[in-house]
Amino acid sequence: MTSVTTNGASARVRRWRTPWLFLTPFLVLFLAMYLAPIAFAFIQSLFTLQRDGLGLTAPTLAFDPFANYARVFTDDEFLASLGRVLLFGVVQVPVMLGLALFIALLIDSKSARGRGFFRLGSFLPFAVPGVVAAVMWSFLYSPVTSPINGFLEATFGFSIPFFSDALALWSVANVVTWCWTGYNMLIIYSALQTIPAETLEAAKIDGASSWRTAWSIKIPMVRPALILTTVFSIIGSAQLFNEPTVLKSISGGAITSTYTPLMAAQAQVAAQNYPYAAAESVVLAVLVGVTSFVFFKITGRGDR
Amino acid sequence: MTPTLASAARPRGRRDTTLASRTGVMAVLLLAAFYFLMPIWWLVVAATKPAGHQFSGSGLWFDGFGLVENIALVFDVNDGIFGTWMLNSIFYSGTAAVIGTVISAMAGYAIAKYAFRGRGVVFGVILAAVLIPKVMFTLPLFLMFNQIGLLNTPLAMLLPSIVSPFGVYLASVFAAQSVPDELIEAGRLDGAGEFRIFRSVSMRIMTPALVTIFLFQFVEVWNNYLLPAMVLNDSSLQPVVVGLVGWSASNGNVPAGTVVVGAFLSIIPLVIAFLSLQRFWRAGLTAGAIK
Repeated sequence: MTSVTTNGASARVRRWRTPWLFLTPFLVLFLAMYLAPIAFAFIQSLFTLQRDGLGLTAPTLAFDPFANYARVFTDDEFLASLGRVLLFGVVQVPVMLGLALFIALLIDSKSARGRGFFRLGSFLPFAVPGVVAAVMWSFLYSPVTSPINGFLEATFGFSIPFFSDALALWSVANVVTWCWTGYNMLIIYSALQTIPAETLEAAKIDGASSWRTAWSIKIPMVRPALILTTVFSIIGSAQLFNEPTVLKSISGGAITSTYTPLMAAQAQVAAQNYPYAAAESVVLAVLVGVTSFVFFKITGRGDR
Repeated sequence: MTPTLASAARPRGRRDTTLASRTGVMAVLLLAAFYFLMPIWWLVVAATKPAGHQFSGSGLWFDGFGLVENIALVFDVNDGIFGTWMLNSIFYSGTAAVIGTVISAMAGYAIAKYAFRGRGVVFGVILAAVLIPKVMFTLPLFLMFNQIGLLNTPLAMLLPSIVSPFGVYLASVFAAQSVPDELIEAGRLDGAGEFRIFRSVSMRIMTPALVTIFLFQFVEVWNNYLLPAMVLNDSSLQPVVVGLVGWSASNGNVPAGTVVVGAFLSIIPLVIAFLSLQRFWRAGLTAGAIK
């Protein structure tokens, strides 16, 4: 009898402990690699570098909790980079997701042949690492090597100034669109596949055209997938770094070292102003978190 | 082949469509395929042109054959650093993905299969981490590693890469769907310990999920640029993406043609992985996107 109760009690303890034992390796690393750095950056952002008048001695750290944050919100370069990324997101995200939705609907339509080929073809750019894609496109853009401009020159007698001040941002947007449209298309396409055949059959019996079916049935039914891809794309825009960094070296000055918020923060790291870099990255992480949270709330995903 | 099955299949018969709609749809799809595939095609063509002629002639058609010689040249620059970079990439991605998959599987399994206090909080924090991705933590990580002297060591690249909240999320979804509670109970009745049950019963059932998690993580680590660019200064420690960007920004110190061939070589492993493991990608995307 006694041994049974002891066994029962120890089994209960074991049951209680087991999930935490399973979780421990992940949670320890997660705390060390996600929460600790953010906490560390936040603390560091509360200090400022003090240099003496002549700049001869090494700068010292002084506790000054608001100095860096006050500077972030009056830093013209940083604010300009935020504005640029906002403009980028407002244009690029709808264009990319519109394209992804359109292609998904076309591949899903009854008129499509070779679905496998088109699905894979659009997705293949996603297999190319972002920076390698940017290196590749830098050759397609470069005035010296561009086969696109070579073709346009020879055929129509004009070329596209990919790195003019007006076009540079959209040249970057094109690389991002090229990489990610297929990924988003596959998510939307997978959602389309889950629409029950009966629903589509019913629409057909009611005499709905393909366009009408797509607009009134398919698109509303893939709404969760569209919300998810939108949130991921907004976050993607906010962390824009790889593509402009790679294109910078051949952009002839159109892309600066503070072109996006992450590039601006990285420039501060390069200048060894760590506290200010920390403040910029904390501000950016908070902005991204708030934006995705608000978007989830607005679209009603949180109510479900 | 019963009538029920036939009617359950999606209607996609040729008789339902007109020639005009078929032509229109195919024309747009071909245009899209051109946009997505043209740059990759250009890269393949350029990599095969004889050394020094990468940018001459038509961008989209072959012109002589120099691929073998080009590859030899890539592996020759800077005492063969390109080979080191490729091996580094394989080492970082492979190690982080293997360890990360096991850790994610354990965590996801615990969340899906045990009722315990704090489960909701843990899951909520992991979901939040999926939504605020790694890049946002990279600068703070750099600052922290700088303070504790981890910069320029393989650990600085590996430790953050092992943690995959998305992997935990996928593992918990798959475990909830595919591992039956009855089987775990049966294991307990047979006297097997919880970890033994996980290792020899649950993990086997979760194998397709584990392959998916491994793939996603492998590709994510392979593609990560900001982290290695910040924490690894020593070029013999860098992965191939950082090395390539260094070459491309070298203002002609490394010939542009060599950069093109290097870019071509660096994407081959990933493209092969994608093509041969398509079904796992689809599974991962579906589980990740549709709840």
